[in-house]
Amino acid sequence: MKIDAIRKDFPMFKNKSKKGYDLIYFDNAATTFKPMKVIEAVNEYYTKYSVNAHRGDYELSYKVDTLYESVRDTVASFINCDRKEVVFVSGTSAALNQIAFGFGQNQLKPGDVVLSDEAEHASNYLPWQHACETTGATLEFIELDEHGYVTIETFKKAIHSGVKIVSIAHVTNVLGCVLDIKEISRIAHEHGAIVVVDGAQSTPHMPVDVRDLDCDFFAFSAHKLCGPTGTGVLYGKYELLEAMEPLMLGGGSNARYDMCGNLLMKDPPYKFESGTPAIEATLGMKAAIEYIQEIGLEKIHEYESELRAYMLKRMKELDNVIIYNEDSDSGIITFNIKNVFSQDAATYFSDKGISLRSGQHCAKLLMNFLDTPSTLRASLYFYNTKEEIDYFIDVCSQINPDSFLDVFF
Amino acid sequence: MNDMFKDPMVLRQIIMDHDKYPRNRELVKDDNYLRKHMASDSCIDDIEVQALIKDDKIKDIRFDGVACTIATASTSIMSELLIGKTLVEAKEIIQNYRDMIDEKQYDEELLDEAVAFQNVGKQANRIHCATIGWDAIEYLMKESEK
Repeated sequence: MKIDAIRKDFPMFKNKSKKGYDLIYFDNAATTFKPMKVIEAVNEYYTKYSVNAHRGDYELSYKVDTLYESVRDTVASFINCDRKEVVFVSGTSAALNQIAFGFGQNQLKPGDVVLSDEAEHASNYLPWQHACETTGATLEFIELDEHGYVTIETFKKAIHSGVKIVSIAHVTNVLGCVLDIKEISRIAHEHGAIVVVDGAQSTPHMPVDVRDLDCDFFAFSAHKLCGPTGTGVLYGKYELLEAMEPLMLGGGSNARYDMCGNLLMKDPPYKFESGTPAIEATLGMKAAIEYIQEIGLEKIHEYESELRAYMLKRMKELDNVIIYNEDSDSGIITFNIKNVFSQDAATYFSDKGISLRSGQHCAKLLMNFLDTPSTLRASLYFYNTKEEIDYFIDVCSQINPDSFLDVFF
Repeated sequence: MNDMFKDPMVLRQIIMDHDKYPRNRELVKDDNYLRKHMASDSCIDDIEVQALIKDDKIKDIRFDGVACTIATASTSIMSELLIGKTLVEAKEIIQNYRDMIDEKQYDEELLDEAVAFQNVGKQANRIHCATIGWDAIEYLMKESEK
């Protein structure tokens, strides 16, 4: 990978921190920087097209419609599905809510079981908790192993014939545990359960082939793969999309209706797409997918693994660092500085130009497991470098119970 | 002003000391105490503050919870500063503390050890850490006046 050339594509790297440091961005699990091509695609929509999709018969509207629909093809080839299985949503949270409320709530019966785990992001836990409460179904948890990971073994122990839906992250957002979804799907299907996959943390970092994974639903956000915020994808096997009810009704999703209460919905994916979408963001998502495809997801994954291994090796040389997920295979490193509260450490990093996350990372259940109120999380992407890691290690080594207050004096 | 408070090392020691040995960090089971749970939406700080307010005077303040150094130390210092004060006196201290955080003019004499947080305003994302306990006591003072 030609990192120098890649970094030039990202205007954010020209910015400096308040104290004049280079920006070192290690919060890529939260969102990512955008390459110029994505910014231009968004800009192009507002400067050249501007109008609504699916609406008018005039030249501009037809153009926007064509461009907008072409994004479905881009996504379909990106994750290997049919274009009509691509539903545009505002992001992974919206997709998971749509599935839990529109599918789960309609399909679940008292006594049914939804299977998930304590490492899930709130958006893959709370909607299911709600769906279970309203239907009389039960939410059960796959036991985590000693590292805090779901494994095929722990999954096998948890699955049974009462399980109707398995909802699980491809890569968890705190510990970065990568799950073998293909095997999970195989086992779940044997038990008659469908599999919902939160792909927010996997899709930006590794090749995803939903047909090969054979999962039933899959969701991801554009903004975590260099695309704009406010758009993302819900993939579903077509017959399941047909069985799912839309969360929202309104313009764009219905075929016809009358005053007697008759309503005929459009077919999927359109029945889920009421209201004017984030058109510019969706066009930006196309540019983002094309951008990362050009670099290559396999290359991205390989480079990130290399960065992670280097960062771990250097962090382990320090005696003031506790690492919580040494064995995972993603660009996420979860850690703490000994005897320094995570947020206090994060402020020190921030003061030196390093952006990383402190807190519970929307996975409040997991903190009990880790036996810490909160952690720091550094999450890498393909535009990060070993030089940035060296600087990070240098700053890391400076933080201790005596020094972290330096930033306030 | 106490000249010692001009020394950053001293101010730093004050914060460290209140973080390591927080004062009044123990809740009581007493219905005469008003209580306020404060949990930040954006960070980990999650504390409960109790106050015993009688005859327009703050007789006692207690707190407990999970919080960062800045939140723990600022709440601890607040409790020491405001116990024994009348509501009128406490309001003046709180106002001066807020003025200091907002980088405005303030009376150092009134704030005593709380001047340790004079630079928190420069780390804008930590202002809520330095005010979480103060917000709680202000809320409880208003409650007591209802």
